[in-house]
Amino acid sequence: MTEKFDAIVVGAGMAGNAATYTMAKRGLKVLQLERGEYPGSKNVQGAILYAAQVEKLIPNFREDAPLERHLIEQRFWMMNENSHTGLHYRSDEFNEEKPNRYTIVRSQFDRWFSKEIQAAGALVLTETTVTELIKDQKGRVIGVRTDRADGEVLADVVVLAEGVNGLLGTRAGLRERPKRENVALAVKEMHFLPRETIEARFNLKGDEGAVIEAAGTISRGMAGMGFIYTNRESISIGLGCLVSDFARVQIAPYELLEGFKKHPSVAPLLEGSEVKEYAGHLIPEGGYRAVPQLCGDGWVVAGDAAQLNNAVHREGSNLALASGQMAGETIAELKANGVAPTARNLGLYKTRLMESFVMKDLKKYKDVPGLLHHNTQNFFLTYPQLVAKAMENFVRVDGTPKLEKEKRTWKDVVSARSLGGIVGDAVKMARAWR
Amino acid sequence: MTTEPEVRVEDKLYQNRYRVDSGRSHIVVKPHDTPSPELLALVKVCPAHCYTLNDQGRVEVAHDGCMECGTCRVLAEGTGDLTWTYPRGGYGVLFKFG
Repeated sequence: MTEKFDAIVVGAGMAGNAATYTMAKRGLKVLQLERGEYPGSKNVQGAILYAAQVEKLIPNFREDAPLERHLIEQRFWMMNENSHTGLHYRSDEFNEEKPNRYTIVRSQFDRWFSKEIQAAGALVLTETTVTELIKDQKGRVIGVRTDRADGEVLADVVVLAEGVNGLLGTRAGLRERPKRENVALAVKEMHFLPRETIEARFNLKGDEGAVIEAAGTISRGMAGMGFIYTNRESISIGLGCLVSDFARVQIAPYELLEGFKKHPSVAPLLEGSEVKEYAGHLIPEGGYRAVPQLCGDGWVVAGDAAQLNNAVHREGSNLALASGQMAGETIAELKANGVAPTARNLGLYKTRLMESFVMKDLKKYKDVPGLLHHNTQNFFLTYPQLVAKAMENFVRVDGTPKLEKEKRTWKDVVSARSLGGIVGDAVKMARAWR
Repeated sequence: MTTEPEVRVEDKLYQNRYRVDSGRSHIVVKPHDTPSPELLALVKVCPAHCYTLNDQGRVEVAHDGCMECGTCRVLAEGTGDLTWTYPRGGYGVLFKFG
């Protein structure tokens, strides 16, 4: 006799954990399946955690969740080969009693989260790969098949929180495989240093943290970003570019990462560090237009698997937590009201997403991904080089009259990209942002 | 301009923890005589350098260092160049930090 659950959650990432926790807390009989050795062992993130969304699930999470540093400073760097032009925002306001955002180390955070889930009553089964969704004759999803012996499990609803590279939904014909222009490949390294060294290099005290987001020639004309995040005793450094651009330009991702690490603005921050891990992962970047069908008879999809990532604000895990929670709430409510989890009734999950910041934000930026596909070279190569040149002209004192210097800067600008082109890009960007 | 020394990705992967399912590759490249542009791109683009061009001019995959990112699936599953499944439960890359 096959055991039956109220819900099966596939995946123990942020979306799956939020959904499992929400349903278990409401008394549902939930099974969570994870293919990794432990929850978190297949998960990769920068990683910045936004507190508000976690607080909604676990109000006092700060008391025992493994958090690295609360962020008080954000730096944006526009880079050319040997310089960066920066915009830094630092505020003591972020040294608040309940800080707004933290750096985390995913495998540690996810293991903590999983303990909370198990304490809430859910059954978590690791080292179990779900190979297939089980459908009934009418095409309704009624369970999953796993790679364990007698590996069939049935449930009223299956939550697909299988991540950006989720196979099940695609295999079952519920959504398409991500398109190359809608995902970025990011590579990342963990660099360990004594905490005092990190604090001195980044101008931090105690558990304060700083993050750097960088763009420019480091991505060699591809649409991409680099990041440097301070953890307590390590620095996460990584870089991601669209897979379509990688396929076009054919640069090895690790060579790109080495270039970023060797940049004269970056190398001193990492000097003497010990590297303990190298990771690669995809990031959903397609935005609103790439979001697939979100639910059907007996199933919902949440988090990265549903392409829910606000790439402009780097909110992948935030949207995963929010969508997982909304999926869990919807399923729990249907169950409590004795309503069948049909496509129509589960549509409430989609309605909730549409009415929340999740889809509202994605909609706001719906044109940004397309813009970056078409003007890649200008945004990631030409403009950063122009800005660097202009800044150098401005700060270098060498006896040249300033008027002449300004003329030279202006000439650089129009020869690299016509005035019409620049104005056009600015207008398009403003429109996409609006 | 100085030429950069070649980056050895093997040194990077050496830091990682894996439980390799020996003899059971979760990625299988379809037999071919001439590799497609997608397969050729993977030789460069795979972040773990799992893909290599052999002496016969065909693209081969070695799954040992795979980080299961899915880049090759996104590029070359749709063209029919490869099949991609997850490793068996508990196998494959096991991120210590993520």
